[in-house]
Amino acid sequence: MSAFNAIGEEREIDRDEFTPEIEPQATWCPGCGDFGVLKALKQAMPEVGRNPEETLLVTGIGCSGKLSSYFRSYGFHSIHGRSLPVARAAKLANPGLEVVAAGGDGDGYGIGGNHFMHTARENHDMTYIVFDNEIFGLTKGQTSPTSPKGHKSKTQPHGSAKSPIRPLSLGLTSGATYVARTAAVNPNQAKEILTEAMEHDGFAHIDFLTQCPTWNKDAKQYVPYIDVQDSDDYDFDIHNRGEAAEMMREAEDALYEGEVLTGRFYVDDERPSYQQEKQQTGDMPEEPLAERYFDDDYEWERSYDLLDRHK
Amino acid sequence: MTDDELIWRIAGGSGDGIDSTSQNFAKALMRSGLNVFTHRHYPSRIRGGHTYVEIRASDHEVKSRGDGYNFLLALGDSFARNPQEEAYYGNEEIKPLTENLDELREGGVIVYDSGLLDTEEVENFDERVEENNWNVYDLDLRGLAKEHGREIMRNTAGVGATAALLGMELDKIEELMQNAMSGDILEANLDVLEDAYESVQSDYEFTHDLQIPTGEHEEDQVLISGSHGIAYGAIDEGCRFISGYPMTPWTDVFTIMTQNLPDMGGISEQVEDEIAAASLAIGASHAGAKAMSGSSGGGFALMSEPLGLAEITETPLVLVESMRAGPSTGMPTKPEQGDLEHVLYTSQGDSNRVVFAPGDAAECYEQTRKAFEIAYNYQIPAIVLYDQKLSGGHQSTDESVFDEEPNPDLGSIVTEDDLEEAAKEAGRFKRYMYDSDDGVSKRSIPGQKGGNFLASGNEHNEVGHISEDPDNRVIQMDRRMAKLDSIREELNENTDHQPVYGPEDAQYGILSFGSTKGVVEETVDRLNDDGHSVKAMNVSDLMPFPKGEVTDFLEDVDEALVVEMTATAQFRRHIQGQLGRFGEKLYSLLKYDGNPFEPEEVVSGFESRIEGSADLGEYNVRIESATGD
Ligand SMILES: Cc1ncc(C[n+]2csc(CCOP(=O)(O)OP(=O)(O)O)c2C)c(N)n1
Ligand code: SF4
Repeated sequence: MSAFNAIGEEREIDRDEFTPEIEPQATWCPGCGDFGVLKALKQAMPEVGRNPEETLLVTGIGCSGKLSSYFRSYGFHSIHGRSLPVARAAKLANPGLEVVAAGGDGDGYGIGGNHFMHTARENHDMTYIVFDNEIFGLTKGQTSPTSPKGHKSKTQPHGSAKSPIRPLSLGLTSGATYVARTAAVNPNQAKEILTEAMEHDGFAHIDFLTQCPTWNKDAKQYVPYIDVQDSDDYDFDIHNRGEAAEMMREAEDALYEGEVLTGRFYVDDERPSYQQEKQQTGDMPEEPLAERYFDDDYEWERSYDLLDRHK
Repeated sequence: MTDDELIWRIAGGSGDGIDSTSQNFAKALMRSGLNVFTHRHYPSRIRGGHTYVEIRASDHEVKSRGDGYNFLLALGDSFARNPQEEAYYGNEEIKPLTENLDELREGGVIVYDSGLLDTEEVENFDERVEENNWNVYDLDLRGLAKEHGREIMRNTAGVGATAALLGMELDKIEELMQNAMSGDILEANLDVLEDAYESVQSDYEFTHDLQIPTGEHEEDQVLISGSHGIAYGAIDEGCRFISGYPMTPWTDVFTIMTQNLPDMGGISEQVEDEIAAASLAIGASHAGAKAMSGSSGGGFALMSEPLGLAEITETPLVLVESMRAGPSTGMPTKPEQGDLEHVLYTSQGDSNRVVFAPGDAAECYEQTRKAFEIAYNYQIPAIVLYDQKLSGGHQSTDESVFDEEPNPDLGSIVTEDDLEEAAKEAGRFKRYMYDSDDGVSKRSIPGQKGGNFLASGNEHNEVGHISEDPDNRVIQMDRRMAKLDSIREELNENTDHQPVYGPEDAQYGILSFGSTKGVVEETVDRLNDDGHSVKAMNVSDLMPFPKGEVTDFLEDVDEALVVEMTATAQFRRHIQGQLGRFGEKLYSLLKYDGNPFEPEEVVSGFESRIEGSADLGEYNVRIESATGD
């Protein structure tokens, strides 16, 4: 359909196309891990072969939420914790779009935790990047759901009594069909994982470790990291839920002891995406809903035809 | 009080099939040429618990429930016999008699199921019957139903008995049954119906005069609820995406949409909560679909933040708010209009939205269409505000109301040519352009070449970048706020969109909004018949407020009564706030006991205020004067 002529356009795609006219230095602090996510995402786009105008990046609120400001595509900078519901509806309305949602650990695992669980459960075909810096950045350093137990902050002066949540395990048990962890300090792996995630047909969850030098100086755990795929010490079947869960548990325990395990933890290529499931049950049209509004010849059904049951 | 109307009340336990039986009976009455209005009263309980449905049917227009009623079909509550339930709720068996007698008119008819109900247990039953001249018919409906199959069919037996007592033909009822069921069940039901009909005719001596009124429709009719009106309006505007989370009474619209959309190539999503529901509608709308969501009180509260998001990103959004009594969870199954200010003002900042409050099923249809048109043309959230009364109550409505061409137009969006032009002129597309006459700058849809932009919940400049620049801020705020003025102008072009009911030059006025429309119009007729001089205006455009029309209305009258189902006179305050005057002329008639107004209450309210004559003591209503001028 001509209205969406940016979708599926075949051409060489250059990563610079994703750079808008404003600079991330505008808000991000020097040394912030968010730069790494931005860079990796721009590098992944040409690999995936998607151009800026067929890509919709939906973000939440937080330093992480600013990603959509510094990435040139169609963007939606929504509200705190709500990137996923906005993103998944856009994908349902127009499955031709490459939909990426992003936010912080507070945004994604705190206020938006419910949406995370449900979007994963439904296995929407999209990529979800959570900038995990174990802190609330934008609101100036409060404890986040991934802050370690005992972490002291202005809002937890005696040290947090809460254990951190386990994002990878949560992603897996909720139903995500691609679960990975990568780190801003590891650009090559990050790019590869982002590429895979976008190419994956289902909900891809990436716990993306980012450093926040401004509010979380103590968190030195991001170096050195170990890629679980490259290390002979970790042998597990990435398609096996049980083994993946075990590996995640290890990685999540290790993180707070200073050992950062990254890489792919779980991939399920078999399970159909939510959109496919819905189409199979006749709950969703085969053709993108959004296209219909640009089709002058489409015959719109009307309520008048439903009135028989009311006579 | 008129005698040319039947007000039939069927009473029993929730879950006993009262709803479907009454729907069918109402349709049969409509098919025989009568105007029909139904009122549902039910507890917040799934099975058991006293419930009734009232059907008012007459040759004359029926716009509300009547005053009391004149025919009671008391079925009994089969769930009350469950010993476990009894432990919880006590013996509710006789409630269909004890709970309903107060409103039964003098000379009215009672048919009760002697298989389930024992009048000995009803206090002073015989005395009351005698005092009120009621005509009582006892029938073992349960036994009769059981004979032919299942006891649940005692509803059908009751309808058969009703028909016999009122001199109604069975054909219309049988037709409807044949449409609704088949096989053994149909046969059994038809047997029960006829059996009850005949046994009443042969075994009873009739003591009442009530007969079925006769009537004829000029136009074909359909029996429609306000929720159907809203759903069908949305469908005809090309809405093909709905997201929601169940909450009474919003669930009515959500269900109707969900039952229809997938077959029309649309999408319905039941999601995890109302924040998600509104956010999904925004996402779908952003991506180029016409989308709707909605809720009731508490759920709508959760939508407050997405509502503002839609406004600042200028994403078209239609939300439905079906009010029930609050605060908090309040009374889920009872109507009130207390969410008015919540809907008008919720969400942070100087936020704007359009609010329509339809007054009947036909207006629900028309105004939902309008809401979509405005939302998509002006890129602003539009809310359709109605309540539990209108949500589930059915009304016979001219079929022609729904005979309007579909309008799937996405509104103010750019074309490819626009985008090419923009690229040539400015180097890129300016989504939030500074200069526009009506406040609207066209949007692009993700996937359109050359149209990319950032829609941000933060303040942003004309290309969509987040900006705290003071000059930009003022320009963007002013532009967004200008939309309401443009919308007001557009709505005003249609001169009779806030029609006045009653004589133009009347001395007194009644103002109302939403579902109180019908009862106020009936009141106006009665008062004028009694020699008063009264006119009414049901305001349906709540935001932007039709200042000119309401001012004209109020300037012409000595005094006006503002009738609303709230405890704090929210609507009256809204009028005073919008017009900044008329405090001395406005009086409120307030009702907030969970039941909609009956015409007699409004008549008495008016007489009590204007003449000091009527005594309001017997009603749950209150008069309050306005403050300030
Ligand atoms: C409903 C709501 N609550 C609170 C806030 C304030 N707020 C903005 S960002 C933020 C935390 C961000 O932390 P995180 O998601 O970890 O992102 P980071 O800034 O660290 O990237 C909070 C609490 C808000 N904007 N909206
Ligand atoms: S506060 Fe932390 S997360 Fe935010 S930009 Fe600065 S370094 Fe990054």
